[in-house]
Amino acid sequence: MSNLLCSSIGKKLLMGLSGLFLMMFLLIHLVINALMLAPDGGELYNAGAHFMSSNPFIRIMEPMLAIGFLVHILWGVKLTIENQKARGNSRYASGNKTTGVSWASQNMLVLGITILAFLVLHIAQFWVKMKLTGSDLLAHTTITIGGVHTEVENAYALVNNTFSYLWIVIVYVVAGIGLAMHLSHGFWSSFQTIGFSNEIWRKRLSIFGSIYAWGVGLGFSLIALLQYLFYQV
Amino acid sequence: MVKIDAKIPEGPLAQKWTKYKASQKLVNPSNKRKLDIIVVGTGLAGASAAASFGEMGFNVKIFTIQDSPRRAHSIAAQGGINAAKNYPNDGDSVYRLFSDTVKGGDYRAREGNVYRLAEVSNDIIDQCVAQGVPFAREYGGLLDNRSFGGAQVSRTFYARGQTGQQLLLGAYQALMRQVNLKTVKLYSRNELVDIVMVDGKARGIISRDLVTGELQRHFAHAVVLATGGYGNTFFLSTNAMGSNGSAAWQAYKKGAMFANPCYAQIHPTCIPVHGEFQSKLTLMSESLRNDGRIWVPAKKEDAEAIRTNKLKPTQIAEDDRDYFLERRYPAFGNLVPRDVASRAAKERCDAGFGVGNTGLAVYLDFKESIERLGEDVIRSRYGNLFQMYEKIVDENPYNTPMMIYPAIHYTMGGIWVDYELQTSVPGLFCAGEANFSDHGANRLGASALMQGLADGYFVLPYTVQNYLADDIRTPRMTGNEKEFVEAEKGIKEKFNKLLNIKGTRSVDSLHKQLGLIMWDFVGMARNKEGLKEAIEKIRAVKKEFWSNVRIPGEGEGMNVELEKANRLADFIEIGELMAIDALHREESCGGHFREEFQTEEGEAKRQDDIFAYVGCWEYKGDNIEPELHKEELQFMDVKLIQRNYK
Amino acid sequence: MEKNINLTLKVWRQKNAREKGRFETFKLSNISIDSSFLEMMDILNEQLINDGKEPVAFDHDCREGICGMCSLYINGRPHGPDDEITTCQLHMRKFKDGETIWIEPWRSAGFPVIKDLIVNRTAFDQIIAAGGYVSVNTGGVPDANSIGVPRDEAEEAMDAASCIGCGACVAACKNGSAMLFVSAKVSQLALLPQGRIEGARRAKNMVAKMDELGFGNCTNTGACEVECPKGISLANIARLNREFLMAKMKD
Ligand SMILES: Cc1cc2nc3c(=O)[nH]c(=O)nc-3n(C[C@H](O)[C@H](O)[C@H](O)COP(=O)(O)OP(=O)(O)OC[C@H]3O[C@@H](n4cnc5c(N)ncnc54)[C@H](O)[C@@H]3O)c2cc1C
Ligand code: HEM
Ligand code: HEM
Ligand code: SF4
Ligand code: F3S
Ligand code: FES
Repeated sequence: MSNLLCSSIGKKLLMGLSGLFLMMFLLIHLVINALMLAPDGGELYNAGAHFMSSNPFIRIMEPMLAIGFLVHILWGVKLTIENQKARGNSRYASGNKTTGVSWASQNMLVLGITILAFLVLHIAQFWVKMKLTGSDLLAHTTITIGGVHTEVENAYALVNNTFSYLWIVIVYVVAGIGLAMHLSHGFWSSFQTIGFSNEIWRKRLSIFGSIYAWGVGLGFSLIALLQYLFYQV
Repeated sequence: MVKIDAKIPEGPLAQKWTKYKASQKLVNPSNKRKLDIIVVGTGLAGASAAASFGEMGFNVKIFTIQDSPRRAHSIAAQGGINAAKNYPNDGDSVYRLFSDTVKGGDYRAREGNVYRLAEVSNDIIDQCVAQGVPFAREYGGLLDNRSFGGAQVSRTFYARGQTGQQLLLGAYQALMRQVNLKTVKLYSRNELVDIVMVDGKARGIISRDLVTGELQRHFAHAVVLATGGYGNTFFLSTNAMGSNGSAAWQAYKKGAMFANPCYAQIHPTCIPVHGEFQSKLTLMSESLRNDGRIWVPAKKEDAEAIRTNKLKPTQIAEDDRDYFLERRYPAFGNLVPRDVASRAAKERCDAGFGVGNTGLAVYLDFKESIERLGEDVIRSRYGNLFQMYEKIVDENPYNTPMMIYPAIHYTMGGIWVDYELQTSVPGLFCAGEANFSDHGANRLGASALMQGLADGYFVLPYTVQNYLADDIRTPRMTGNEKEFVEAEKGIKEKFNKLLNIKGTRSVDSLHKQLGLIMWDFVGMARNKEGLKEAIEKIRAVKKEFWSNVRIPGEGEGMNVELEKANRLADFIEIGELMAIDALHREESCGGHFREEFQTEEGEAKRQDDIFAYVGCWEYKGDNIEPELHKEELQFMDVKLIQRNYK
Repeated sequence: MEKNINLTLKVWRQKNAREKGRFETFKLSNISIDSSFLEMMDILNEQLINDGKEPVAFDHDCREGICGMCSLYINGRPHGPDDEITTCQLHMRKFKDGETIWIEPWRSAGFPVIKDLIVNRTAFDQIIAAGGYVSVNTGGVPDANSIGVPRDEAEEAMDAASCIGCGACVAACKNGSAMLFVSAKVSQLALLPQGRIEGARRAKNMVAKMDELGFGNCTNTGACEVECPKGISLANIARLNREFLMAKMKD
C-alpha cells in the first residue's frame, strides 16, 4: 500500500479521494447553511447547527475533515512542486497556445491557495469562536425541535452579524467563485483519477461537474450576499 | 575467388525447409550465452531477428541510426501483409502465394526461398496476433482480409492504413522485452560505418555514436545486416529521409556480392512532386486501388484545360474519362502489379493526357465507391490516408479525385544471400529489404512486410544457429585486435578526408543532382545510350562530391551533415552499380524496363534464355569495374510465361 | 495557388546537452506556401551551409507523420499551429507573410536536449521495455483465428495503438507527464484478450518506470490530448488509472 501512495497515480488517488470527500462535505455544508435563508429569525438554522454538533457521526467526521483537508493541501502542494520539476528548467519562449484547455485545470494550486486563505479567515470567524473561544453573540437561545423546547447556541446571530460587514461578504463571494473554478475542473478530474471515466462518462461528468461546481460556489456566495442585503436587522 | 552456391536443400519444393530444419545444427543453451550476435537495423527484419535471438539465449547487440528502434522505416508501411491463411475461403494456398510471388517477380526470384516465404507466412500472422497486433476484424471477431495488387485472392491482413506501424511495434515490443531481460543490448543513434573481418569471417563492426561522434568497436561471432533498401539513391522516394544503403555497401566492399542492383520498384500511387524544394514523396497506399479507379481525361484538350486550372476533374463527363488500367487490363483492372500500373500512368502522361500543374499526374477517383458503399465505409477504410493527402495537397479527396504519380519505392536488389540468408562473406547475414532474396524483379504489395518478418522470426533463428554451431570454441575478442584497430583507423581517415574537403556544395544539392540523373536515366524506362550517359554523369558527381562537398562542423559531437555526406558517398557508388547492372541486363523484367525490349503493346519483354539468372556483382576495388557472377535460376515448379494481367 | 511568403525565424540553438542554449534569428524569403514546414527548415539549412554556418539540427525521418521522429515546439504548440498532425505534415500555408515563427525543442525533464532542436526520448523506450508487450516468444503460438476479438474492442485497441511515440503529449503537458503515452500502450493491450493476462503486471511496471524517469504527475489538464497528432483520447488515462489501481488493490 505504501508503495501505491508513492506512485504518481497513488498520489493522485489521494488527491482525488480527498477531493471527493471534501466535495461531499461542501454539499452538506451548503445545505445546512442554506437553512439560514428561511425567514424565521434563524430558528431553523440553529436547529440544523445543533443537530450537526450533537450528532455523534458528525463529531467523528470533524477530525476526518481536518485530515481530509490536510492531505489534500499537502499532497496538492507536493504534486505541484514535483510537476514543476518534471517540467525541466527551461520554459517555452513562445508560451502556450494550446486551445481547449481550461485555465482552472492549469492553476489548481493558485485556486486552492485562494480557498485556503479564505478558510483561515472562515475558521477563525466561526469554528474558533464556536468551539474554542466563544462569543457574546452565541448567547443561548431557545428553539423548538420536534415540539420539544431546546436550548441551543445562537449560531445564527454570529453568522448574521459577520455578514453585516461588506468586506467579509466580498471575501465570501470571491472565495465562492474561486471554489467554483477549482471544482469545475476538480469534479471531473477526481473521477478521471479514480478511473471512473471514459468517452461517454467524460461528457456527462463535465456537465455534472459544472453544475455542481457553480451551484456550490455561487450558492455560498449568494448566502453571504443575501444575508448582507436582506437579513440584517 | 568467390563461388556462387545458393545452398538450396535437395528434395521437392514443399519439403526443402522442413528438411533443412530437421538436419540443421543446434547450439546448446549454455553455449548460446557465450555467443554474440550483432544485428544492424531495427526494422521488421532486424527487430524480429534480435528479439528471437534474445529469446533463444544468444547475446545480442542491436544498432539503429534513429533514436528508437520503433522509428525504423518499416513503420511507414501502410497497406498490409500477405499470408496464405485462406481465411476468406477464396482458393488461396501456400502454393498459390508462392506462384503469385514468383510470377509477380517476373520470374527472377529463387523458387526455394519464395516457397519458404509462403510457407512461414501463416506463422507470422499467428505470431503477430499473439503479440497483440490489432489487425482489422470482422464483426464476428475474426480477422479481416483485403485484396492487393497482383493477386486474385484476398490474403492481405491489415491494421487500418498503419499495418507496418503495428507490425513493427509488435516486433519492437518483443525486442524491448529482451532488452529488459538483458539478452539484447540496444544501441540507438548509432551507425554501422564498417564491418570488421578476421580471418575471412565477419567478426564485428565499427560504429559511430551519432550523438558524441565517437567511434566504437563491437565484436560478434556473427553479424546480421537488416538495414533496409537503397531507394534514396534517387533522392526523391517514398523512403524515409534516413533510409540508406551504406551498411550494405560496406558489406559489398568487404566481399559480399550485390545482386540485381537495377531492380528498383516504382510505386504507382504517390503524391506528385510539387516543387524543387520537395524533400520526399508520400505514398498513398496501394490498398486505395481496391476502391479507387484510375483515370485521365480521354481528350487532350480536357487534360490541357485541367492543367491550366480551367476545368475541374469533377466536370469531366463519365464518357470523357479514360480508365486506362481497366481498359488495358480487364482481368486485373486497377489491381495490376505496381510496375505495370506505373508504366501505364507514365505512358498516358508522356502522351499528353496527364493532369496537375505539371502534367505528371493521373487521377485516383473514389466517387463511385463512395456512392456504392457510403462515405463512412470509405472513411473507415482509408480515413488516415485521406487526411494525410488533404494535409499535403490541401484538397479533399472525398469530393475531388486524388492526384497520383509513380515514385521510387522499394529496391528488390540487394546483398546476395544464399538459402540461409548468409552473404558471400562467412558470418555475415542479410535480411529484409537489404537482401535481394525473394521478390525477383518486382515485389508484390504486402510482401515486404511478410519477407522482413519471415527472415527475422522464422529463418535467421535457424540458419544463424546452424552457422554458430561451428563457432562455439571461438572466444570473444576484446576489440583491441589489429583488425579492429585498423578498421577504426581507416574510418577515422575517411571522415577526416570528408571534413577536409571544405568545398562549396551542400550534401543535399549533390544528392539532388544524383537523384535527377537516376530518375531520368535509371528510372521507369531505361535504354542503352541513357544508361551509358548516366554512368558518365554519376562519375562526374562522384568527382564533384570528393572535391567540392562542404560539411560544416567537426567530427566530434553530433554532425548531421557528416552523416549525410558519408551516406551520399555510398549512394553515388550504388547509383553507378545500378546503372551498370541495368546496362548489362538486356531485357525488360519487372521493375527493370529497357525500352529496347518491349512487346508491340508496350509490355515488358523478358529474355529468359539469356537472363534467367541473378546478376551478382563482386567488388574489385575503387574505380575498378566490378565483376559479374551469375546464379542461374532453376524453375522446376512454375512455368516461365509472359506475365499477363489482361 | 502558388504563393510565396517571407518569414523571420527564432530558432533555439544549443551545441550539446551541457552547454547553454539561446535563440538565433534568421530571415527567410520566398518560401512557397505549398512546402512543408520541414522543407522550409531544409531551405534554411541550405542557406546556412552556403553561408558557411552550421545548419540547425532537428529530428525527422519518415516525413509522413508515422515514425514519430519529428518534434519541434512551434509558436506555442507542439507540432505547430494545426490539429492532429505532426510537424512534418505541417505546411507553410498555415503561416502568414511576414510572420515571426518561434521554433523550440520539446521541453521536459524527461527529454533533455541533445543538440539544437533534438531531444533525447529514450525514456519512452525504457517505459516500453518495462512492460509494454505481451510476453510471448517466437513460435509456438495458437492459430490467429483461435482468439476472437469483438470488432469494437479491436477498433478501440487500434485507436490506442496508433500512438507514434513522438512525445508531444509530454511537451504540451504543464506537468511534463507521460501519462497519455503510457496509457495508450496499456489500453491497447488491456483491450485485447492476448494482453489482458498480464495486464496488472504491465500497468504497475510501466507506471513505476515512468515515475522513476522523472515524468510528472498527470492532473488531467488534457493539453496532451489536444496536441496529440494521433488523437489519443484521455479515456485511455482513465483506463490506465483503473488498471493500475485495481492491480495495486489485488496486491
Ligand atoms: C511508404 C511505404 C509503404 C510501404 N507499404 C508496404 C506495405 O503495405 N506492405 C509491405 O509489405 N511493404 C510495404 N513497404 C515496404 C516495407 O515497408 C519495407 O520494405 C520493409 O519495412 C523494410 O524493412 P527492413 O526491416 O528490411 O528495413 P527498415 O525498416 O528500413 O529498417 C532499416 C533499419 O536499419 C537501420 N540502419 C540503416 N542503416 C544503418 C546503419 N548504417 N547503421 C545502423 N543502423 C542502420 C535503420 O535505423 C533501421 O532501423 C512500404 C514501404 C514504404 C516506403
Ligand atoms: C473545500 C475545498 C476543496 C475541495 C472540495 C477541493 C476539491 C478538489 C478536487 C475534487 C480536486 C481534483 C482531484 C483530482 O484530480 O483527482 C482538487 C485538486 C486540487 N486541489 Fe483542491 N479542493 C479544495 C481545497 C483545496 C485547497 C485548500 C488546496 C490547496 C491549498 C487545493 C489544492 C488542489 C490542487 C493543487 C489540486 C490539483 C491537483 C490534482 O488535480 O491532482 N484544494 N481539489
Ligand atoms: C455562506 C457561506 C458559509 C457559511 C455561512 C458557513 C458557515 C460555517 C459555520 C457556522 C461553521 C462552524 C460550524 C461549527 O463549528 O459547528 C463553519 C465551519 C466550516 N466551514 Fe463554513 N460556511 C460557509 C462557507 C464555507 C466554505 C465556502 C467552505 C469551504 C471552502 C467552508 C468550510 C468550512 C469548514 C472546513 C468548517 C469547519 C468544519 C466544521 O466545523 O464543519 N465553509 N462554516
Ligand atoms: S500519445 Fe500522442 S502525443 Fe503522446 S507520444 Fe503518442 S502520439 Fe505522440
Ligand atoms: S496534459 Fe498532462 S496533466 Fe495529464 S491529461 Fe495530459 S498528462
Ligand atoms: S518525420 Fe516521421 S512523423 Fe514526422
